[in-house]
Amino acid sequence: MSVSVPDTASKPHKGFRLDLKTAGPLLALILLIILGYSLNPLFLGEGNVTNLLTRSAFIGIIAVGATFVITAGGIDLSVGSMAAFIAGMMIIIMNAAVDSMGASIWTVLLGIGCSLILGIGAGFINGFLTTKGKIEAFIVTLGTMGIYRSLITYFADGGTLSLNRGAREIYRPVYYDSFIGLPYPVWVFIIVALLGWVLMNRTAFGRYCMAIGSNEQVARYSAIKVDRVRTLTYILQGLCVSLATIIYVPRLGSASSATGVLWELEAIAAVIIGGTMLKGGYGRIGGTVIGALILTAIGNILNLTDIISNYLNGAVQGVIIVAAVYLQRGSFRTGRRAKKAE
Amino acid sequence: MSMKALTLALAATTALAGAAVAQDQIRIGVSIPAATHGWAGGLNWHAQEAEKRLEAAHDNIEITLVTADSPGDQASDIEDLISVQQIHALVVLPFESDPLVEPVRQAKESGAFITVVDRGLPDASIQDVYVAGNNTELGSVSAEYFKTRLGDGDNIVILRGIPTVIDTERFDAFMAGIEGSGINVLDDEFANWNRDDGFEVMQDFLSRFPDIDGVWAQDDDIAMGVVEAVRQAGREDEMFIVGGAGMKDVIKGIMDGDTLIPVDVLYPPAMIATAMDVTVANFTSNGPVQGEYILGAPLVTQENAAQFYFPDSPF
Repeated sequence: MSVSVPDTASKPHKGFRLDLKTAGPLLALILLIILGYSLNPLFLGEGNVTNLLTRSAFIGIIAVGATFVITAGGIDLSVGSMAAFIAGMMIIIMNAAVDSMGASIWTVLLGIGCSLILGIGAGFINGFLTTKGKIEAFIVTLGTMGIYRSLITYFADGGTLSLNRGAREIYRPVYYDSFIGLPYPVWVFIIVALLGWVLMNRTAFGRYCMAIGSNEQVARYSAIKVDRVRTLTYILQGLCVSLATIIYVPRLGSASSATGVLWELEAIAAVIIGGTMLKGGYGRIGGTVIGALILTAIGNILNLTDIISNYLNGAVQGVIIVAAVYLQRGSFRTGRRAKKAE
Repeated sequence: MSMKALTLALAATTALAGAAVAQDQIRIGVSIPAATHGWAGGLNWHAQEAEKRLEAAHDNIEITLVTADSPGDQASDIEDLISVQQIHALVVLPFESDPLVEPVRQAKESGAFITVVDRGLPDASIQDVYVAGNNTELGSVSAEYFKTRLGDGDNIVILRGIPTVIDTERFDAFMAGIEGSGINVLDDEFANWNRDDGFEVMQDFLSRFPDIDGVWAQDDDIAMGVVEAVRQAGREDEMFIVGGAGMKDVIKGIMDGDTLIPVDVLYPPAMIATAMDVTVANFTSNGPVQGEYILGAPLVTQENAAQFYFPDSPF
């Protein structure tokens, strides 16, 4: 216990160096944009920028939730399966509602309501099992990941669940229509990110998350209700997954066992690229947003050019992700931090 | 894992009891990949339908259907079928060809009749029957259709599947088919046999190329994503899309005269039922069945679509 005291004591000093940490991911994004533009000027075309922002909304919204979970020292591997499961449930419920009372705006609102309840509920289960069940978050969420993935496969009969055509026409604008030039998903992403930033940096809850992530015992002795805060981070994560699902379903109007595969890894990657520590204790919502944009931009750039063999797409992605994180934790920085920790 | 052990133990007891009661029962094991994507979902559904139908038709046929999540899993499944169920015949759609050679060879050595489906084993001497769709033909039939619709100077884009032999065979055959026609392939990208990837790759193609006359998606799941991207861009009237496999939504659209996806090329998950029929015929028919059954990849058009439409299938 005594070893950890200097660690918390050094925390306030880190605050003054924030600008360096902020610059890293942003620099990586700017370099990526320059690369994209030089490979194909269409990269910065209006249509492509809108596509890119809309696409990054799913991973981005989920990653905002993941920032809280990871900052508080947890991890959630179930988000991709959870998104697929919630999407499937929404479609089943909305189809049933259309059969019994016809398609209307209420069908869609019912679907959205169920999605929120399911998301919060699923997050609570993860949080409850982790805190009260005292099972490692990795194991709990690995378990729920498998459960949700099988459930969607089961309910879809191994195939694809499709939303009723009538309900689809009503719901479709939520993904495809715009407000002041930006599609609705982008607005949802912006609002979630802003709320997340306030929650992380301007409230006691955010400070509790960081305190628990950097040292759970000290946080407990400081009268922080560790279990409650932890559970809340998972509920927040569930809520974010449900919001992402609400804007995902109108895109293709379908869900299958292939929906949301590997989203958990993309969300975690976005969080880490953004400067949040995987071991917890320090979280940056702004960085997470940039991380999500970087991840989406890589795929987009690869589609816009044919100078790189298709077979190497994964390799390019890997190199850029590692390089982005290196920019923010360059050797000069780790060297100094290592000395301080000693 | 303990669940699996438990089911195994249960299966063992039932199998032993079964064996004791009726010695002349023909036990057939069917090992296929789990329903992890649309096509495999259809495969599972058709396998279950065939199981019900064959067991109802023949009193002495007993079919055990097992699904695997990985090649390793499937190898264990096959070992269990041999040692626990003591099968007389094995119908297997290998997850991957190479890792499953030895497990299937063991089944062969135990005296079982072997039917291999879709993905062939590198050592063809193991199998008694081989049933497969025709990826090369899928590519060339698609190419023929493109040649009827497009000509010199027309532009197309191609969305490929997952980098595998299946995808390469389709792609190479298509490229050979359109060679010399003057049809210009703007670019090809992998869309992983997945709707979301199909949507995103097509969005990028649409922002990159102002003039696209046709899209070869070579898979119906990808095609469904492509359709949404084309609708979003409002360019439905400029191009047509051709998928592949025979998904019921696509077949239904073709029956109704959809112009965006006017045709489909068949690569039916129902081939597992064909394989099971042939295997049962080996025990019930007086005709010889050994050999290779390569199913055609016919062009599904509005005229013939009804015969390929299975409204109850999940795919």
